[in-house]
Amino acid sequence: MMDQYAETFREETIELLSELEVGLLELEQRPDDADVIGRVFRALHTVKGSAGMIGFDAISDFTHEVETVFELVRSGSVAVSAELVNLTLAARDMIKSLMDAEFGGQPIDPEAAEQIVAALRSLVPDTKEIAPPVEAGIEATEPEVVEETTYHIRFRPPANIFHRGIRPLALLQELARLGSCRIIAETDAVPDLDELDPELCYLYWDIILATVHDEDKIRDVFIFVEDDCDLKIFAINDDLLDAGGGELRLGDILIQHGDLTHEQLAQVMSSQSKPKLGESLVQAGVVSGAQLDVALEVQAQVKRQQQKRQAIDEASSIRVRSEKLDSLVNLVGELVTVQARLSQTADGQDSPVLSEIAEEVERLTWEMRDHILNIRMLPIGTTFSRYQRLVRDLSRELGKEVQLVTAGAETELDKTVIERLGDPLVHLIRNSIDHGLESPEERQAAGKNPKGTIFLSATHSGANVILEIRDDGGGINREAIRERARTQGLLTSEMETNDTELINLIFTPGFSTVGEVSSVSGRGVGMDVVKKAIDSLRGSINVSSKSGEGTTFTVKLPLTLAIIDGLLVQVAEEIFVLPLSAVEECIELSREDVASANNKNLIRVRGEIVPYLRLRERFDLDGELPDIEQVVVAEAQGQRVGFAVDHVIGEHQTVIKALGTMYKDVKGLSGATILGDGTVALILDLPPLVQEAELDERELTDSIQEKMISFQ
Amino acid sequence: MSKKIMAVDDSATIRQVLNFTLQGAGFQVSEAEDGQDALEKLANDPPDMLITDLNMPRMDGIQLIKEVRKQPWGKFIPILMLTTESQEAKKLEGKAAGASAWLVKPFKPEQLLAIINVVLL
Repeated sequence: MMDQYAETFREETIELLSELEVGLLELEQRPDDADVIGRVFRALHTVKGSAGMIGFDAISDFTHEVETVFELVRSGSVAVSAELVNLTLAARDMIKSLMDAEFGGQPIDPEAAEQIVAALRSLVPDTKEIAPPVEAGIEATEPEVVEETTYHIRFRPPANIFHRGIRPLALLQELARLGSCRIIAETDAVPDLDELDPELCYLYWDIILATVHDEDKIRDVFIFVEDDCDLKIFAINDDLLDAGGGELRLGDILIQHGDLTHEQLAQVMSSQSKPKLGESLVQAGVVSGAQLDVALEVQAQVKRQQQKRQAIDEASSIRVRSEKLDSLVNLVGELVTVQARLSQTADGQDSPVLSEIAEEVERLTWEMRDHILNIRMLPIGTTFSRYQRLVRDLSRELGKEVQLVTAGAETELDKTVIERLGDPLVHLIRNSIDHGLESPEERQAAGKNPKGTIFLSATHSGANVILEIRDDGGGINREAIRERARTQGLLTSEMETNDTELINLIFTPGFSTVGEVSSVSGRGVGMDVVKKAIDSLRGSINVSSKSGEGTTFTVKLPLTLAIIDGLLVQVAEEIFVLPLSAVEECIELSREDVASANNKNLIRVRGEIVPYLRLRERFDLDGELPDIEQVVVAEAQGQRVGFAVDHVIGEHQTVIKALGTMYKDVKGLSGATILGDGTVALILDLPPLVQEAELDERELTDSIQEKMISFQ
Repeated sequence: MSKKIMAVDDSATIRQVLNFTLQGAGFQVSEAEDGQDALEKLANDPPDMLITDLNMPRMDGIQLIKEVRKQPWGKFIPILMLTTESQEAKKLEGKAAGASAWLVKPFKPEQLLAIINVVLL
């Protein structure tokens, strides 16, 4: 296996063997010369080590036997005799023959070697097994326990750890590789600055590790410091859980860690008035804040682990009609509303009992809401498979070689979102194959793999899911877009556009750069349809492209449609909700600002002119206009638009309720929500709102023009 | 800048194995045949890490570790000792002298790199 080293080994060994021979002959003359004994031993030792290193086990094993005897000679347990020298010389020749055999010489009769070994052993007075077990500091493979266990590890290195050239950080990083890990640095032993010796380590660490590996594997990480450091490893096992009736109790954890005694616990428990044990323990001074934090983290970790285990246990599933889930979501929405009213009422009652109940109801409600929304989540991977087929069929039809690579199939999204995402995604993939990827010949000419690749990936990002559809094709042709935009009147030659604005023109209705319409895409159905579909999911889409390297579409979607992170604003007596995902910033609008813009609905935001529309005018609301209005600047229809309101109330996460069929033709509203005090707030749908406003404006200008014409 | 490692072993084979393995992993490697040789070479060009055999002529590994720890540059560098003796005594002696870690020969290249990962960051 290690042929590259074999030649070095042979040269070295020939040299060592001749040293060995010289040494043995000298030993015959001066049997007590420790220096010579040392040289002989070292020659054997080196041959054994090198042979073992490059896998010549026969040489290594045999030499080991000889070395073992000479180790005893070195320590004085065995005397040098003529017989020993003779036997060792024979052994030396045997090593030579064994080596020659490895390099294609005569094979060796194993019995001849065994005879020498047996004769050597007979020279040792008490022939006990002296072969040391071969071990390595870190083992390459180990049996794995499949189930995850949570460990609490307290690692307190010796203060002089740096003087042994060991970096605790490296050990912690190694540990973190074993599983999911929380590391808490304990700083209570760090002295004041004037007493601090910068070469010493005062820190120690509490680590909570959930891992499939066993305790030995954890100890392996600390193998080089284990004897000198304070290392405690506690497995959070079932006994501890059983004691607490399936739940891990804080007191039990602290006692297991040795931070608390049973007596202290009993004492604090008896005098405790508050429901929070941890706080009481810290107040009583028996446990430090840091110790409590660690115990709490252990508790949380075990809970997560239990949930995970449950998830595996309950892999068997039941099918439920999705309507049932929908009605459940609606009911939870009602519940959230009622709960908000309860909390508000409780706040005004000055009744501790009522407040406590309200808080409990609130906690349960939110937990329930999260669970129910979670039920509606499906892994997006279920739809990925259908695109494989699509890609296969399309690439044949177009005579292109394409492979689809997907990632993040396990990413979960609301069922409704997944269903409504199907068409836009199909369109994007079609578009990538048809327009994005070049023909195999073109690709080859550009020095690329003739087989094009389309990457489809999904990842979580906060309350959103990011989908990426990326191809490694030729990129978007800017000139073609510019040309097309000019012929369609979207761009005039004087208009300055930056690159992002330019390529985002492909989302403009009716826009297509490909001259002839293929059967696959571009039959009038453009990217604007994709954008509209994504908008309706309260998502956003962006495109970026590098010439010659490919194009990436990034789609950002909310995890669920049932909840919205909104910005609450007030106009006169009405409350509206703007989707927070679209909001960019809020700025003030004073009467002077309005006057300086000649009463036009324009506002200057850091040098940029942004049009705004007054919700008050839009919805015909009465009431007095405040001296200073607020303008919420948001992204809608690919541009920045302001919405002037009276007050901005704040962020609010809310369950969306459908408006019902009566309102289905009302543009600019996507739903409603009920606030804590029972008020109904309308949720604004920004793109149609802006569209309407633009339409009105155009009609107005048209009618003015008409009037002017008739006037003339 | 890749990290510099010095490999000290009286066996040319082991030095070569160390050298190839470490270079393959992107380290800069220098070699020395024994403790004395190492100290002379190190004085001009201190490494980021030292790998040393224990049993060597002239100056053995334990003595080398002690000497290196006395040097200003060697106070905190990781030192890995290579040994065929798995007896506690040698390990303890090496640790007391200031060795960071040990590896028992024969070892596999991946074992060496795994240890370096732990001690050299």
